[in-house]
Amino acid sequence: MSAIPHLGFIIAAYALTALVVFGMIAAIWTDHRRLNRALAALDEARAGRGSAGDS
Amino acid sequence: MWSLANPTIFLALTRRVTPWLAGLTIVLMAVGLWMAFAAPPDYQQGETVKIMYIHVPAAWLSTFIYGVMTLASLGTLVWRHPLADAAQKAAAPLGAGFTFVCLVTGSLWGKPMWGTYWVWDARLTSVLVLFILYLGLIALWRSIDEPARAARAAAIVTLVGAVDLPIIKFSVDWWNTLHQPASVFRAGGPTIAPELLWPLLILAVAFTLLFLNLHLLAIRNEILRRRLARLTMIAAAEGDSFGARLSPRTAHP
Repeated sequence: MSAIPHLGFIIAAYALTALVVFGMIAAIWTDHRRLNRALAALDEARAGRGSAGDS
Repeated sequence: MWSLANPTIFLALTRRVTPWLAGLTIVLMAVGLWMAFAAPPDYQQGETVKIMYIHVPAAWLSTFIYGVMTLASLGTLVWRHPLADAAQKAAAPLGAGFTFVCLVTGSLWGKPMWGTYWVWDARLTSVLVLFILYLGLIALWRSIDEPARAARAAAIVTLVGAVDLPIIKFSVDWWNTLHQPASVFRAGGPTIAPELLWPLLILAVAFTLLFLNLHLLAIRNEILRRRLARLTMIAAAEGDSFGARLSPRTAHP
Protein backbone atom coordinates (compact mmCIF):
# COMPACT_ATOMS: atom_id res chain seq x y z
CA MET A 1 0.00 0.00 0.00
CA SER A 2 1.48 3.35 -1.03
CA ALA A 3 1.99 6.07 1.58
CA ILE A 4 0.65 8.64 -0.88
CA PRO A 5 -2.96 7.99 -1.89
CA HIS A 6 -3.53 7.71 -5.66
CA LEU A 7 0.23 7.71 -6.34
CA GLY A 8 -0.32 5.49 -9.38
CA PHE A 9 -2.55 8.14 -11.01
CA ILE A 10 0.07 10.85 -10.40
CA ILE A 11 2.90 8.73 -11.83
CA ALA A 12 0.79 7.69 -14.83
CA ALA A 13 -0.09 11.35 -15.58
CA TYR A 14 3.55 12.52 -15.47
CA ALA A 15 4.80 9.46 -17.41
CA LEU A 16 2.21 9.99 -20.14
CA THR A 17 3.09 13.69 -20.40
CA ALA A 18 6.82 12.92 -20.65
CA LEU A 19 6.12 10.27 -23.30
CA VAL A 20 4.05 12.63 -25.46
CA VAL A 21 6.47 15.59 -25.08
CA PHE A 22 9.56 13.50 -25.86
CA GLY A 23 7.63 11.82 -28.68
CA MET A 24 6.90 15.21 -30.27
CA ILE A 25 10.55 16.28 -29.86
CA ALA A 26 11.77 12.99 -31.40
CA ALA A 27 9.30 13.24 -34.30
CA ILE A 28 10.46 16.77 -35.18
CA TRP A 29 14.14 15.84 -34.80
CA THR A 30 13.91 12.68 -36.98
CA ASP A 31 11.85 14.56 -39.58
CA HIS A 32 14.59 17.23 -39.73
CA ARG A 33 17.32 14.61 -40.14
CA ARG A 34 15.36 12.83 -42.89
CA LEU A 35 14.75 16.09 -44.76
CA ASN A 36 18.40 17.17 -44.47
CA ARG A 37 19.56 13.77 -45.72
CA ALA A 38 17.16 13.88 -48.67
CA LEU A 39 18.24 17.45 -49.57
CA ALA A 40 21.91 16.49 -49.33
CA ALA A 41 21.33 13.39 -51.50
CA LEU A 42 19.46 15.49 -54.05
CA ASP A 43 22.30 18.04 -54.13
CA GLU A 44 24.82 15.22 -54.52
CA ALA A 45 22.84 13.62 -57.37
CA ARG A 46 22.51 16.97 -59.16
CA ALA A 47 26.21 17.74 -58.66
CA GLY A 48 27.14 14.27 -59.95
CA ARG A 49 24.93 14.72 -62.98
CA GLY A 50 26.48 18.14 -63.60
CA SER A 51 30.05 16.81 -63.48
CA ALA A 52 29.05 13.83 -65.69
CA GLY A 53 27.63 16.32 -68.18
CA ASP A 54 30.88 18.33 -68.11
CA SER A 55 33.05 15.32 -68.98
CA MET B 1 8.02 41.80 -38.91
CA TRP B 2 6.98 41.00 -42.48
CA SER B 3 10.62 40.41 -43.39
CA LEU B 4 10.45 37.27 -41.22
CA ALA B 5 8.10 35.90 -43.87
CA ASN B 6 11.19 35.34 -45.99
CA PRO B 7 12.00 31.62 -45.44
CA THR B 8 15.78 32.21 -45.55
CA ILE B 9 15.57 34.90 -42.86
CA PHE B 10 13.20 32.72 -40.84
CA LEU B 11 15.60 29.75 -41.01
CA ALA B 12 18.52 31.91 -39.88
CA LEU B 13 16.47 33.36 -37.03
CA THR B 14 15.30 29.90 -35.94
CA ARG B 15 18.88 28.64 -35.89
CA ARG B 16 19.85 31.52 -33.61
CA VAL B 17 16.80 31.64 -31.31
CA THR B 18 15.89 27.98 -30.65
CA PRO B 19 18.96 27.00 -28.56
CA TRP B 20 18.31 29.91 -26.16
CA LEU B 21 14.60 29.14 -26.09
CA ALA B 22 15.35 25.47 -25.36
CA GLY B 23 17.71 26.41 -22.52
CA LEU B 24 15.15 28.76 -20.97
CA THR B 25 12.44 26.09 -21.32
CA ILE B 26 14.57 23.46 -19.55
CA VAL B 27 15.44 25.86 -16.69
CA LEU B 28 11.81 26.96 -16.18
CA MET B 29 10.55 23.38 -16.47
CA ALA B 30 13.06 22.20 -13.82
CA VAL B 31 12.27 25.11 -11.45
CA GLY B 32 8.50 24.68 -11.96
CA LEU B 33 8.61 20.92 -11.35
CA TRP B 34 10.81 21.32 -8.28
CA MET B 35 8.41 23.94 -6.85
CA ALA B 36 5.40 21.77 -7.75
CA PHE B 37 6.78 18.76 -5.88
CA ALA B 38 7.86 20.92 -2.94
CA ALA B 39 4.42 22.58 -2.73
CA PRO B 40 2.10 21.46 0.07
CA PRO B 41 -0.78 19.09 -0.73
CA ASP B 42 -4.23 20.52 -1.34
CA TYR B 43 -6.42 20.46 1.79
CA GLN B 44 -9.13 18.50 -0.06
CA GLN B 45 -7.36 16.67 -2.87
CA GLY B 46 -4.12 15.83 -1.08
CA GLU B 47 -1.15 14.97 -3.34
CA THR B 48 -3.46 14.28 -6.28
CA VAL B 49 -3.32 18.03 -6.94
CA LYS B 50 0.16 17.38 -8.41
CA ILE B 51 -1.64 16.35 -11.63
CA MET B 52 -2.88 19.95 -11.91
CA TYR B 53 0.67 21.17 -12.70
CA ILE B 54 0.69 19.31 -16.02
CA HIS B 55 -3.03 19.12 -16.76
CA VAL B 56 -3.70 22.87 -16.58
CA PRO B 57 -0.71 24.02 -18.74
CA ALA B 58 -1.63 21.34 -21.31
CA ALA B 59 -5.25 22.55 -21.25
CA TRP B 60 -4.17 26.18 -21.73
CA LEU B 61 -1.89 25.17 -24.59
CA SER B 62 -4.61 23.12 -26.29
CA THR B 63 -6.70 26.27 -26.82
CA PHE B 64 -3.71 28.64 -27.26
CA ILE B 65 -2.34 26.52 -30.13
CA TYR B 66 -5.74 26.50 -31.82
CA GLY B 67 -5.75 30.31 -31.43
CA VAL B 68 -2.34 30.44 -33.14
CA MET B 69 -3.72 28.24 -35.95
CA THR B 70 -6.75 30.53 -36.29
CA LEU B 71 -4.49 33.57 -36.72
CA ALA B 72 -2.35 31.64 -39.20
CA SER B 73 -5.50 30.70 -41.13
CA LEU B 74 -6.40 34.38 -41.39
CA GLY B 75 -2.84 34.93 -42.63
CA THR B 76 -3.40 32.29 -45.31
CA LEU B 77 -6.84 33.45 -46.47
CA VAL B 78 -6.62 37.24 -46.02
CA TRP B 79 -2.98 38.26 -46.31
CA ARG B 80 -1.62 35.18 -48.14
CA HIS B 81 1.37 35.32 -45.83
CA PRO B 82 4.08 32.97 -47.20
CA LEU B 83 4.70 31.25 -43.86
CA ALA B 84 1.13 31.31 -42.51
CA ASP B 85 0.07 27.93 -43.89
CA ALA B 86 3.39 26.38 -42.83
CA ALA B 87 2.77 27.70 -39.31
CA GLN B 88 -0.79 26.35 -39.35
CA LYS B 89 0.26 22.91 -40.60
CA ALA B 90 3.19 22.68 -38.15
CA ALA B 91 1.03 23.59 -35.15
CA ALA B 92 -1.70 20.95 -35.66
CA PRO B 93 0.24 17.85 -34.44
CA LEU B 94 1.54 19.84 -31.45
CA GLY B 95 -2.00 20.95 -30.63
CA ALA B 96 -3.19 17.34 -30.89
CA GLY B 97 -0.36 16.21 -28.60
CA PHE B 98 -1.05 18.75 -25.84
CA THR B 99 -4.83 18.23 -26.09
CA PHE B 100 -4.26 14.47 -25.73
CA VAL B 101 -2.15 15.15 -22.61
CA CYS B 102 -4.93 17.42 -21.28
CA LEU B 103 -7.63 14.78 -21.83
CA VAL B 104 -5.69 11.83 -20.40
CA THR B 105 -4.27 13.67 -17.36
CA GLY B 106 -7.77 15.06 -16.75
CA SER B 107 -9.14 11.51 -16.75
CA LEU B 108 -6.37 10.35 -14.42
CA TRP B 109 -7.19 13.27 -12.10
CA GLY B 110 -10.93 12.71 -12.42
CA LYS B 111 -10.98 9.05 -11.38
CA PRO B 112 -9.73 9.57 -7.79
CA MET B 113 -11.51 12.95 -7.38
CA TRP B 114 -14.84 12.43 -9.17
CA GLY B 115 -14.96 8.65 -9.08
CA THR B 116 -14.98 8.38 -12.88
CA TYR B 117 -12.51 8.71 -15.75
CA TRP B 118 -15.01 10.43 -18.02
CA VAL B 119 -18.35 12.20 -18.09
CA TRP B 120 -20.02 13.64 -21.17
CA ASP B 121 -20.27 17.13 -19.69
CA ALA B 122 -19.77 20.36 -21.64
CA ARG B 123 -16.10 21.03 -20.77
CA LEU B 124 -14.82 17.51 -21.39
CA THR B 125 -16.88 17.03 -24.55
CA SER B 126 -15.86 20.39 -26.06
CA VAL B 127 -12.16 19.58 -25.45
CA LEU B 128 -12.68 16.15 -27.05
CA VAL B 129 -14.21 17.97 -30.05
CA LEU B 130 -11.06 20.15 -30.17
CA PHE B 131 -8.88 17.00 -30.22
CA ILE B 132 -10.96 15.56 -33.08
CA LEU B 133 -10.61 18.91 -34.92
CA TYR B 134 -6.82 18.67 -34.63
CA LEU B 135 -6.85 15.09 -35.96
CA GLY B 136 -9.18 16.12 -38.79
CA LEU B 137 -6.88 18.98 -39.79
CA ILE B 138 -3.83 16.68 -39.80
CA ALA B 139 -5.76 14.23 -41.99
CA LEU B 140 -6.88 17.06 -44.29
CA TRP B 141 -3.29 18.24 -44.81
CA ARG B 142 -2.23 14.70 -45.63
CA SER B 143 -5.11 13.96 -47.99
CA ILE B 144 -4.64 16.91 -50.40
CA ASP B 145 -1.45 16.79 -52.48
CA GLU B 146 -1.38 20.39 -53.69
CA PRO B 147 -0.11 22.53 -50.74
CA ALA B 148 -2.00 25.70 -51.72
CA ARG B 149 -5.35 23.86 -51.93
CA ALA B 150 -4.66 22.00 -48.69
CA ALA B 151 -3.77 25.29 -46.97
CA ARG B 152 -7.01 26.99 -48.05
CA ALA B 153 -9.17 24.00 -47.05
CA ALA B 154 -7.40 23.65 -43.69
CA ALA B 155 -7.70 27.41 -43.06
CA ILE B 156 -11.46 27.35 -43.66
CA VAL B 157 -11.95 24.29 -41.41
CA THR B 158 -9.78 25.92 -38.72
CA LEU B 159 -11.81 29.14 -38.79
CA VAL B 160 -15.10 27.22 -38.57
CA GLY B 161 -13.70 25.10 -35.72
CA ALA B 162 -12.64 28.22 -33.80
CA VAL B 163 -16.24 28.45 -32.56
CA ASP B 164 -15.24 25.65 -30.15
CA LEU B 165 -12.78 27.95 -28.28
CA PRO B 166 -15.37 30.17 -26.51
CA ILE B 167 -17.49 27.06 -25.89
CA ILE B 168 -14.52 25.44 -24.08
CA LYS B 169 -13.76 28.62 -22.13
CA PHE B 170 -17.32 29.38 -21.00
CA SER B 171 -18.70 25.80 -20.84
CA VAL B 172 -18.18 25.73 -17.07
CA ASP B 173 -20.24 28.95 -16.71
CA TRP B 174 -22.97 28.25 -19.27
CA TRP B 175 -23.74 24.67 -18.23
CA ASN B 176 -23.82 22.72 -15.02
CA THR B 177 -20.68 20.59 -15.30
CA LEU B 178 -18.62 18.31 -13.11
CA HIS B 179 -15.50 20.29 -14.09
CA GLN B 180 -14.58 23.11 -11.75
CA PRO B 181 -14.97 26.75 -12.95
CA ALA B 182 -11.97 28.99 -13.73
CA SER B 183 -9.74 29.39 -10.68
CA VAL B 184 -6.74 31.34 -12.03
CA PHE B 185 -7.88 33.85 -14.68
CA ARG B 186 -11.15 35.07 -13.20
CA ALA B 187 -12.73 38.29 -12.02
CA GLY B 188 -11.78 38.76 -8.39
CA GLY B 189 -8.38 37.09 -8.76
CA PRO B 190 -7.15 33.50 -8.43
CA THR B 191 -8.71 31.21 -5.84
CA ILE B 192 -5.58 29.05 -5.54
CA ALA B 193 -3.13 29.50 -2.65
CA PRO B 194 0.13 31.23 -3.76
CA GLU B 195 2.23 28.15 -2.84
CA LEU B 196 0.31 26.18 -5.46
CA LEU B 197 -0.25 29.04 -7.91
CA TRP B 198 3.41 30.01 -8.49
CA PRO B 199 4.63 26.59 -9.68
CA LEU B 200 1.53 26.37 -11.85
CA LEU B 201 2.26 29.73 -13.52
CA ILE B 202 5.97 28.89 -13.99
CA LEU B 203 5.09 25.55 -15.59
CA ALA B 204 2.50 27.26 -17.80
CA VAL B 205 5.24 29.61 -19.10
CA ALA B 206 7.63 26.64 -19.52
CA PHE B 207 5.02 24.66 -21.51
CA THR B 208 4.33 27.73 -23.68
CA LEU B 209 8.05 28.19 -24.41
CA LEU B 210 8.28 24.47 -25.18
CA PHE B 211 5.48 24.84 -27.70
CA LEU B 212 7.07 27.97 -29.26
CA ASN B 213 10.38 26.13 -29.62
CA LEU B 214 8.81 23.02 -31.15
CA HIS B 215 6.62 25.16 -33.41
CA LEU B 216 9.62 27.10 -34.78
CA LEU B 217 11.46 23.80 -35.43
CA ALA B 218 8.39 22.25 -37.09
CA ILE B 219 7.94 25.32 -39.33
CA ARG B 220 11.63 25.03 -40.26
CA ASN B 221 10.98 21.39 -41.25
CA GLU B 222 8.01 22.49 -43.32
CA ILE B 223 10.15 25.03 -45.21
CA LEU B 224 12.78 22.33 -45.88
CA ARG B 225 10.04 19.91 -47.02
CA ARG B 226 8.76 22.46 -49.53
CA ARG B 227 12.28 23.17 -50.73
CA LEU B 228 12.81 19.43 -51.19
CA ALA B 229 9.51 19.05 -53.07
CA ARG B 230 10.38 21.99 -55.34
CA LEU B 231 13.90 20.70 -56.07
CA THR B 232 12.56 17.18 -56.66
CA MET B 233 10.08 18.55 -59.22
CA ILE B 234 12.84 20.52 -60.95
CA ALA B 235 15.05 17.43 -61.00
CA ALA B 236 12.18 15.34 -62.40
CA ALA B 237 11.48 17.97 -65.05
CA GLU B 238 15.14 17.91 -66.04
CA GLY B 239 14.92 14.14 -66.44
CA ASP B 240 16.84 13.36 -63.31
CA SER B 241 15.97 9.88 -62.11
CA PHE B 242 16.72 10.96 -58.55
CA GLY B 243 13.30 12.56 -58.25
CA ALA B 244 11.66 9.21 -58.84
CA ARG B 245 13.87 7.53 -56.24
CA LEU B 246 12.93 9.94 -53.43
CA SER B 247 10.52 8.69 -50.84
CA PRO B 248 7.12 10.29 -51.54
CA ARG B 249 6.53 10.51 -47.78
CA THR B 250 9.62 12.67 -47.28
CA ALA B 251 8.57 15.19 -49.87
CA HIS B 252 4.82 15.03 -49.18
CA PRO B 253 4.03 13.73 -45.68
